[in-house]
Amino acid sequence: MSIHEMTAFEIRKGIVKRQFSARDVVTAFFDRIYEKEPLVDGFLTLCREEALTKAEQIDRKIQRGEQLGKLGGIPIAVKDNICTDGIRTTCASRMLHDFIPPYDATVVKRLKEADAVIIGKTNMDEFAMGSSTENSAFKNTKNPWDREIVPGGSSGGSAAVVSAGMAALALGSDTGGSIRQPAAFCGVVGLKPTYGLVSRFGLIAFGSSLDQIGPLAKNIKDSALALEAIQGKDKYDSTSVRHSITKDYMSTIESSVKGMKIGVPVEFFDSGLDEEIAFSIKGCIKKLKEIGAFVEDISLPITEEGLSAYYIISSAEASSNLGRFDGLRYGYRTKDYSSLDQLVERSRSEGFGEEVKRRIMLGTFALSSGYYDAYYSTAQKLRARIKEQFIKVFENYDILLSPVSPVLPFKIGEKVANPLEMYLSDIYTVNINLAGLPAISMPCGISNTGLPIGLQIIGPHFGEEKLFKAAYALEQELKPTAMHPML
Amino acid sequence: MSFETIIGLEIHAELNTKSKLFCSCPAEFGAKPNENTCPICLGIPGTMPVLNEKAVILAVKTGLILNCEIAAESRMDRKNYFYPDIPKAYQITQYDMPICRGGYVDIETPEVSRRIRLNRIHLEEDAGKLIHLENSGVSLIDYNRAGVPLIEIVTEPDLRSAGEAVAFLKALKSMLEYGGISDCHMEQGSLRCDANISLRRTGQNILNTKVELKNLNSFKELQKALEHEEERQKVLYIHGEESRIVQETRRWDGEKGETVPMRSKEDARDYRYFPERDLGPVIINDALIREIRETLPEMPMTRKKRFRDLYGLRDKEIDIIVGDKALSEYFEALTACGTNPRAGANWILGSMMKLLKEKGLKTGQIPVPPEELHKLIKIIAEGRISITAGQEVFSEMFNTGRNAGDIVNEKGLSQISNRSELKRIITDVLNDNPQSLSDYAAGKKQAAVFLMGRIMKASKGKANPQLAREILEERLKQEISSK
Repeated sequence: MSIHEMTAFEIRKGIVKRQFSARDVVTAFFDRIYEKEPLVDGFLTLCREEALTKAEQIDRKIQRGEQLGKLGGIPIAVKDNICTDGIRTTCASRMLHDFIPPYDATVVKRLKEADAVIIGKTNMDEFAMGSSTENSAFKNTKNPWDREIVPGGSSGGSAAVVSAGMAALALGSDTGGSIRQPAAFCGVVGLKPTYGLVSRFGLIAFGSSLDQIGPLAKNIKDSALALEAIQGKDKYDSTSVRHSITKDYMSTIESSVKGMKIGVPVEFFDSGLDEEIAFSIKGCIKKLKEIGAFVEDISLPITEEGLSAYYIISSAEASSNLGRFDGLRYGYRTKDYSSLDQLVERSRSEGFGEEVKRRIMLGTFALSSGYYDAYYSTAQKLRARIKEQFIKVFENYDILLSPVSPVLPFKIGEKVANPLEMYLSDIYTVNINLAGLPAISMPCGISNTGLPIGLQIIGPHFGEEKLFKAAYALEQELKPTAMHPML
Repeated sequence: MSFETIIGLEIHAELNTKSKLFCSCPAEFGAKPNENTCPICLGIPGTMPVLNEKAVILAVKTGLILNCEIAAESRMDRKNYFYPDIPKAYQITQYDMPICRGGYVDIETPEVSRRIRLNRIHLEEDAGKLIHLENSGVSLIDYNRAGVPLIEIVTEPDLRSAGEAVAFLKALKSMLEYGGISDCHMEQGSLRCDANISLRRTGQNILNTKVELKNLNSFKELQKALEHEEERQKVLYIHGEESRIVQETRRWDGEKGETVPMRSKEDARDYRYFPERDLGPVIINDALIREIRETLPEMPMTRKKRFRDLYGLRDKEIDIIVGDKALSEYFEALTACGTNPRAGANWILGSMMKLLKEKGLKTGQIPVPPEELHKLIKIIAEGRISITAGQEVFSEMFNTGRNAGDIVNEKGLSQISNRSELKRIITDVLNDNPQSLSDYAAGKKQAAVFLMGRIMKASKGKANPQLAREILEERLKQEISSK
């Protein structure tokens, strides 16, 4: 097996056992990148020099017989809305085309401390707004399974590069499904952790109360490994967990799911759901029953109102978070202005793309005096109700099963003209962000057209352990690691 | 037609914290432009605020000092607007869930003693500062002040005159100083005041359209601006043109001595306030309130009473000394050394204030330590030098930092208090002025005054006047009886 085909676990093990060096790993991945990146367009920035320097440090550590970090020598790609000290971080926006952060995001610092090797920054929908990575100001990323198909979004670049074997792991961010949906579209594992489990410090904010960083990986164990490295309290993020979490998921991940209570919300299987997806998920339910889990249908009537609440809240927060991009201190500045107001207006008009502007306007409207109660306030109430309903359900169930996306991966350009249709593809994922819950998206089948299908497992707050356990058990039954795109 | 003036104040005070409200940058004044900044207070993308607990504690302390109700749970909100001095395009402040509600401040003016109610106190961050370079079209931004913690104290519309507003602000300032809440340096902007003012016909119980006044950077400006605006509105009422009083913000132009329109209600921004989701709720439990209550220092009202009872100072002296925390502490340190309170008050209100004013120093910057002033007062009380010489010595101490003993010795200012030496001088003077002696014997008492003058001259001003007079009188008696 070539190095680029290995899982993160296998790579680290190989380095520790001196089967190959960290430098060999970086070289192998960059060879793969030079061969396949022109077909996928998953990266916005590559950091070969930095990666080689880091690899040499790791190799010296090995030579000196020192303990290697949790992610020792594992090549990882980072979504381009996560700040990397000295490395361009663009949010795939013209606005930040030349922005070089003066600091590392907490997750990046933790990756470095865990001896991971950062190999590049990945493409995304501009400011993480979108479901297809077509809103990138720079380029369209292609789905490695079919280059005419979108990779999903907004973390489309991260999902695509893991799927194409150009990175062993990747970080993405998930505000309404932005890790899980591209993971499903590209046939990889995407985890959106509980809100607060992973520090947001250094993640360029979209919807502050919804955003969460998480890993994209080739399999469940790699996902758990990555989470172990980045999770836990951060003094720079007041919304991160209060107590330091040093949870070790590996010790429980292989335990049996016998007796586990799994709920399947029927509202997540309504008429809008693609039949092939429904069929695949039913297959998973059957397998889980076979290995001893207790599965039953439940009612959770929240999908549609959740979508409205999500778009109001996320856009409202975005309208405020994106205010700082005014062309004065950093980022894009218009060439032609004769007053301060003009400088700000034109820099923003020219620097932001259509979707970003649409959401800023929507969010500004929702917060405006006279409309606040009707929109933002109402959305907050809905959100509280959704959260309560989930909490109630989790009194009786360990985890919930649902589809990730109502539709199969679609063609590049297919939904660009219809934002509402694009928004609808988030219908099964946004509620999880509104409630702050953890959810994992894992491959569970392949469509007749040869495209991956994803399954979503939802857990209670800080119930990542349960997610990994169920997902791992199912993965063992499905053997989806056998599924690789023919690139 | 008589009118009643309705005034409410909004006061911003910078809190006395080492670091800023949401990052660890120093909150101090006077650093080089943009020296006290970091990615967080510059609003660099991806950064997040972390609330400074010290600032929260100071806000609660303020609430306790001002008799407010402390909210068990309050919340930070975002106030959104575009202006280069706020790097995030929103200010983190508190909107509908402030940390303190209610409360009051008792004020005394020569006319009335009244209780002024407070509406609320909330916590927020300061903005940066724009520096417009003249004639170049260039503006620079200094973000040192961005993120410095502020409290905003909002009164009810309870003030009825410019004088009351000034009395309120003075009382509040001194309470904030006593509480260690803020430096309250109005000239540096660490205490700022805006005022809302409207008029109504006496006897009415309505609130008419109010005008907001800004740029009131001293007690004097506050007084003048309110008086001017009061008069402007009164004239409009008298001429039946009250419709021209519109809800607007007017800036006080100290040089022109008038208020000028800044922006009207129509230009009012929609700040789109909403909760700051990067910060959790601000929770204050009873244990913390108890803990803070225990650290509350003596407040000016209590200290005034104590100074009256304990030191016997006069009301006017108390107003000045206790009105200024640093002065009152200096006074107490001085009396603690053993200085008589009356002498202490005289020195502080006399020579000290004069020299501070001359040198442009603040009362917290008195260069003479209390124990050194005490030594000087003792030297004078012992008659070693005259009061006049003492004032000269004090001025020298103030300017050079040297101690009284050294200065007295070096300048040869010590009085001649030695009896035999004085006797010798007096004998010489009497021998030189036989005519005065006969005049005195003939009943011309002012001849003694002339002789005293001669004695002081002969001793080069160093004769202890009291002792010299005593000896002279003895000698004169002897001379008369011997004749």
